[in-house]
Amino acid sequence: MMQITCPWCGPRDQREFRCGGEAHIKRPADPASTDEAAWADYVFMRTNPKGTHRELWNHVHGCRRWFNMARDTVSDRILAVYAIGEPPFDPDAAPATSEGAAQ
Amino acid sequence: MSGGNQPYRLAEGGRIDRSRAIAFTFDGTEYEGYAGDTLASALLANGVHRVARSFKYHRQRGILTAGAEEPNALVEVWRDRARTEPNRRATQQELFDGLATRSQNRFPSLGFDVGAWTDKLSPLFPAGFYYKTFKWPSSLWMTYERVIRRAAGQGRAPSRPDPDRYEHAYAHCDLLVAGGGPAGLAAALVAARAGARVIIADEQAEPGGSLLSYPADGPEIGGRPAAVWLADVLTELSTLPEVRVLPRTTVFGYYDHNFLGLVERVTDHLAPPNIAAELPRQRLWKVRARQVVLATGAVERSLVFPDNDRPGIMLASAARTYLNRYAVTPGKRAVVFTNNDSAYRTAIGLAEAGVDVPAIIDLRPNPGGGLVDQARQLGLPMLAGYSVSAVSGRSRVSGLQAVRLSADGTGIMPGLRTEVTCDTLLISGGWNPLVSLFSQSRGKLAFDAAAGAYVPGTSTQEERSVGACRGTVGLRDCIAEGYAAGAEAAEHLGLSAKRPPDPDIDEPAQTDPRLLWSLPGKGASGRRRAFVDYQSDVMDKDLKLALREGYRSIEHVKRYTTAGMGVDQGKIGNMNVLGIVADTVGADIPSVGVTTFRQPYSGIAFGAVAGRAPGKFLSPVRTTPMHEWHAAHGAVFENVGQWKRAWYYPRKGETMRNAVNREVAAARASLGIMDASTLGKIDVRGPDAAEFLNRVYTNAWIKLGIGRCRYGLMLGEDGMVMDDGVTTRLADDHFHMTTTTGGAAAVMSWLELWLQTEWPDLKVYLTSTTEQWAVIGLCGPNSRRVMEELTEGIDLSAEAFPHMAMREGRVADIPARVFRISFTGELSYEVNVPAAYGQAAWEAIWNAGRPFDITAYGTEAMHVLRAEKGFVIVGQETDGTITPIDLGMDWIVSKKKPDFIGRRSLFRSDTVREDRKQLVGLLTEDQNEVLEEGAQIIDEEAPPAPPVPMIGHVTSSYYSPNVGRSIALALVKRGRAREGERVYVSMPDRTIPVTITRPVFYDPEGARQNG
Repeated sequence: MMQITCPWCGPRDQREFRCGGEAHIKRPADPASTDEAAWADYVFMRTNPKGTHRELWNHVHGCRRWFNMARDTVSDRILAVYAIGEPPFDPDAAPATSEGAAQ
Repeated sequence: MSGGNQPYRLAEGGRIDRSRAIAFTFDGTEYEGYAGDTLASALLANGVHRVARSFKYHRQRGILTAGAEEPNALVEVWRDRARTEPNRRATQQELFDGLATRSQNRFPSLGFDVGAWTDKLSPLFPAGFYYKTFKWPSSLWMTYERVIRRAAGQGRAPSRPDPDRYEHAYAHCDLLVAGGGPAGLAAALVAARAGARVIIADEQAEPGGSLLSYPADGPEIGGRPAAVWLADVLTELSTLPEVRVLPRTTVFGYYDHNFLGLVERVTDHLAPPNIAAELPRQRLWKVRARQVVLATGAVERSLVFPDNDRPGIMLASAARTYLNRYAVTPGKRAVVFTNNDSAYRTAIGLAEAGVDVPAIIDLRPNPGGGLVDQARQLGLPMLAGYSVSAVSGRSRVSGLQAVRLSADGTGIMPGLRTEVTCDTLLISGGWNPLVSLFSQSRGKLAFDAAAGAYVPGTSTQEERSVGACRGTVGLRDCIAEGYAAGAEAAEHLGLSAKRPPDPDIDEPAQTDPRLLWSLPGKGASGRRRAFVDYQSDVMDKDLKLALREGYRSIEHVKRYTTAGMGVDQGKIGNMNVLGIVADTVGADIPSVGVTTFRQPYSGIAFGAVAGRAPGKFLSPVRTTPMHEWHAAHGAVFENVGQWKRAWYYPRKGETMRNAVNREVAAARASLGIMDASTLGKIDVRGPDAAEFLNRVYTNAWIKLGIGRCRYGLMLGEDGMVMDDGVTTRLADDHFHMTTTTGGAAAVMSWLELWLQTEWPDLKVYLTSTTEQWAVIGLCGPNSRRVMEELTEGIDLSAEAFPHMAMREGRVADIPARVFRISFTGELSYEVNVPAAYGQAAWEAIWNAGRPFDITAYGTEAMHVLRAEKGFVIVGQETDGTITPIDLGMDWIVSKKKPDFIGRRSLFRSDTVREDRKQLVGLLTEDQNEVLEEGAQIIDEEAPPAPPVPMIGHVTSSYYSPNVGRSIALALVKRGRAREGERVYVSMPDRTIPVTITRPVFYDPEGARQNG
């Protein structure tokens, strides 16, 4: 079970959270004029990477806030926790921290 | 040796307490042991070796080890019928007064077992026997399975519910040390001295690990005898306030982010009267550790040679433990058979204790090293370059044949053979570092070719392995590694630690083993039986057969042969499996790969996992404020998520159908009352609240007047119906939303997702108010008359308070929000009062309703009433693939709004298909025939050959007393265009003709609810 650092509440057990799937899925600005393929891509298509995955998480049994989290899908190492609206986590640009990243 | 009833007990020495004799039984015979004994050591002291029958061939088996890796000596510990524990390792069961144990897997007795015929026929039971034999015809598998199930398994489960208590404990620590041997204690000590909060878990009754198995005059650690060093360390640890030493505690699982599972056997070692009532039987610890030190030690490997499973054959290290820790000699005449130096310690120790050691058989032609020299000096006979090719004695070893190996070790040199008489054979095939926890932590293993063993390679978590589990051999190096790891862990914690100098220990250096994974010979019977996995009864030839049959992946070989799949998980034999497979296919061991180590490290009780939450505590139960009233009035409850909802209220002698019919009729004829408190309720507030609702619901919300209610459908972005409910405008910026009972939490999370991620600019605040309001539904033509009697401050006339409106006032002198909304199609009120007033309001309405024969109705009647009106239930008429258009609810989908969640998906090519399933009604020919919900609908009366095209399914089906016949709702392809057509409901034995109708069966104009 992972230990996730909620940006508002601090480190908590994974079971207080719910994963909301891939983050940074951009909703088309004008759905009505979005063609079918692009709309289907938005609604249905998700990446399934081996390695860094940027996800939405909700502290559902806590403060109820949604936030972004970058997780390595191989090691379950949490690479970053960051607020909604911040740019997607970039593993190459991230500073090489060991302590914080390893939780 | 002392005589009396423990003929194999030494007169002195060991860590047992001779002043406390303990009586116990095994298979009905009474024996005596001492405090400090395990069941295994006490049986051995009494000369009992043979304690089990093997799993598959029912061969007689003895005690092989002295620890958790024991594959043979699994016994049943019997306290009472509810406390029968099968597969308890005799090597781990501590002795207590009155301990009653039984052997397993034999009938009628250990000495005479009718199942032993399987051994005689073992050539008929090769690897994969069941797969091959019972494969055809497949239709008979169910029959075969019943017979096989009876023959399979070991031990018996308790026949009564477990009466014991188990607890869960949660802990955070700076450092968790798994294993309280010399390396683990050294690490704990250094970190604890630096101020770290440390938990040390050790599997055994007392910490010390391998130190407990050294002779009293064993090596000195820094000038102190090992036992004194151990006592000093434990004393110091006990004085440090942040240290917790957990004996009898197994670290069974290593999970993500340094989360570890421990099981502490709190009272398993105690006799019943001594168990304090407040103590649980076991305690499951869930530990989050900032740092972990793994010091789990190593287990000795067996050697794979013919007849290597005879009772009287034991691992050499186990014999050393029995000798030094329990003062028990495993026999009177013991041969040591080894491929490495460590077993020489056993030979030397036994010889010094007066046991006859007629031979040390060493696979190595030229063994060297200090221990070998010591044995030579003692004059112990040695057969170097020899192997054992046969062992005689079925219920106890009586002798063996030693043969000289050919130079490459695969064959036997003709002529050079020796018969040795002995009652004990002590074997050592080298050491397997216990890397289970390391591997569970997802660390990468490395292969040590010289030792023939996997050792920890790269760590992936904040973890360090020290001592024998890292492949380290000498005591000095183990303790030094412990000191270093403790200091490193402390420094990673930000503490400043002082690393003590490496201890000064005088111990002989050891030389490399000779790795021969399968040794030649035909065995005493002439039919070779060389076991690799004792517990699963897997022989070396089974592995070779699997490889001949084409299995290559080690994971497949394991499953096909079942090697390593017993409760011991092949701790002793897995490396031999890998070696034999590698040799057979001509590859090196690393290229064969290694099977996965899984949690738990050793079996744990289900009770420990369940903790304090079995039975009714398994899941929280939610009840409404009026629950007591329902229970007192005979309600039968149904589970809706975690809620208990009144399902129906049977009167004396009534069946469910009678009761539901009565309730349904009363709600339309006069007056019904139901508890609707479980509906999800969300308080939506903020200047943008109306705009927010406009985006999440399919219909328009901006212009909804204050005090007015509106029904809304929520869709997912895929256009499918997700939830529904009535939302009411309380003020310009304030709404009261209701959701389905089951969907409340998911809707809340969903709405927050949109507010927080997509529309952070909207000023809207959500609060769950589900449990703040008690909701009483009043339904029927007399409901207004009852309301008039109880209500103050609300004009109840149809003009002043129309359908789909809300008014605030007092009901039965309780502040209330009264909604005129209806899920039944009748004149209805939903009275919301603060939860604490729920029961009072309910009782007041109940009493006021008596003149109208008020009838409480449950969820079943509610379902019938709404189905009569064709109202859908999300999750019953919908299943995540149904759009509002499919439901015929186009009227609620705004044509004017440019966007709402899911709107675009309603125009996808898939959602505009004309042959989608659509909501319709179904009427049977026989008015009393109630269709089965979920039944499939087909086009033809006599189904053609499969596959039969399915055109839909029944979603709701009831008998409706108000319509006077059965009614059903269904989803049927192109259904709306097929009104009046006949289709068929497919049942296992027949088809039922039905006619497609509109999905409204009662008062289609809606005159009643608007009244």
